[in-house]
Amino acid sequence: MKNIKYLLLRRITQFTILFLYFGANAFGWHMLEGTFGASRLFGVLPLADPYTVVQVLASGFVLGADVLLGALIITVFYMVVGGRAFCSWVCPINMVTDLANWLRRKLKLDKEEVNYRFLKRRTRYWIMVLGIIVSAIVGVAAFEVLSPITIMQRGIVFGFGAGISVVIAIFLFDLFGVRNGWCGHLCPLGAAYSLIGSKSIIRVEHNHENCTACMDCKVVCPENQVLHMINKSSISVTDGECTNCGRCVDVCNDDALKFSIRSFAKK
Amino acid sequence: MANSDNNRRKFMATTLQSVGLTALGGMLWSGYSDEVKASPLVLRPPGALPENDFLKACIKCGLCAEACVNRDSNKNKDGSKRAGTLQMAKGGDHKLIGTPFFIPTEVPCFMCDDIPCVPVCPSGALDMPSLLNKEQELDINKARMGLAVVHKESCIAFWGIQCDACYRACPIQGEAITIEHQKNERTGKHAFLLPIVHSDVCTGCGLCEQACVTEKPAIFVLPIEHSTGRAGSHYVKGWDEKDQERVKDAKEIKTKNERSEKEASDYLNMEVEY
Repeated sequence: MKNIKYLLLRRITQFTILFLYFGANAFGWHMLEGTFGASRLFGVLPLADPYTVVQVLASGFVLGADVLLGALIITVFYMVVGGRAFCSWVCPINMVTDLANWLRRKLKLDKEEVNYRFLKRRTRYWIMVLGIIVSAIVGVAAFEVLSPITIMQRGIVFGFGAGISVVIAIFLFDLFGVRNGWCGHLCPLGAAYSLIGSKSIIRVEHNHENCTACMDCKVVCPENQVLHMINKSSISVTDGECTNCGRCVDVCNDDALKFSIRSFAKK
Repeated sequence: MANSDNNRRKFMATTLQSVGLTALGGMLWSGYSDEVKASPLVLRPPGALPENDFLKACIKCGLCAEACVNRDSNKNKDGSKRAGTLQMAKGGDHKLIGTPFFIPTEVPCFMCDDIPCVPVCPSGALDMPSLLNKEQELDINKARMGLAVVHKESCIAFWGIQCDACYRACPIQGEAITIEHQKNERTGKHAFLLPIVHSDVCTGCGLCEQACVTEKPAIFVLPIEHSTGRAGSHYVKGWDEKDQERVKDAKEIKTKNERSEKEASDYLNMEVEY
């Protein structure tokens, strides 16, 4: 049970959030309405996706105050508390790519060196900036016309249609293409949250004393470049690309990793 | 020295590659985005901004569609819920994905008095002020979702068969669609009862299109941009003060060519060779 504590918590959170969104359309609930682009919590509190808002602003439209306030609330929350937690605790695509990754490990695809090296993890930041530029050129929020995240979410809330093919494409890409290809290399929303959450206070902390260098954490981590301190030094994972998914904490049998509050004093 | 030269070359090559690939991606992405937003024949919710602005502004949250389908009036007699008017564009709908629209023949807009879909819009894509009347109340009659157009060749009323299905379905009965009487010269003793749509009243709700009895509706709603013409400032109703205001600030346009260099009297009665 210890091995899947955070995995289970994340799945429960993801399903609960998606179910609330689904219920808003299907049953008229007022707990969490809308989609990630813009939502309303309990019928009053606006929430909005900061990257979408930036794209819309770049396209040349001044958004309503509700959306701007919503984006501010989300930004502050992840900036101060959650880090990049949206990606692993909320985003539905995370379930798709986690499944692809799990299958990849089971099928031992990485042993076959099918990983394409030309795709770098920093590609997502280029795409993030490019999305804003394209939005300005074309006059429409550019990532939103193909975002598998909102396509999948709207699919769950309103029905999929042919949009399901985008989700399948992501699955196949992560399974047979690049390891962690979408979430770890391409997704501009993940890039935006990496930047927003890079100074947040909830962090995984490594205890070098307990570590037996089994490297289970690095195998399971979707962004394992952030775990550079494993078996080297007792510090927190401070890289914004860490999604706070807690898989490393789950799989560690030596009590060498745990969630903690970032200590600013140590620096 | 050679090593640092190599490093520099490698750095330059990598930078060039990144910039090149980004430019490639940007072009493909721009082209794709531009194509997918070009779906002009789409009917938007009440109060929607002009299509180009709407596509920018809509944040694809679906709050309008949720408010539409969950409104109190959207229930059958047994209490079960009906399908909503507003749909969210899915892949395969060939409309900008995630934006709300409606198809009158499936579910038209029922023109709710309280317009539940509009005040919930957080982004401003559905412009509430455009639907306020003089008393600052929401007035659905101010909506211009589209404009109904009659194809007179397939409208059986124009054949002389008596049908006023669209007229009766119209929520602004007798104003948005009126029935014009005309003599049927073919029989010599019957009247045509012809449906005429008035674009200053029609909201484009589509109830007429849904009600139309012909196999493919002879009255149908098109977006305003596609169902209207424009006379332009060359043509002004000289008898209409309001219409004259259209050209109040018109500027004189001077054409400059070989001919304009002369006075009109110099050339009007002469043959000019061009």
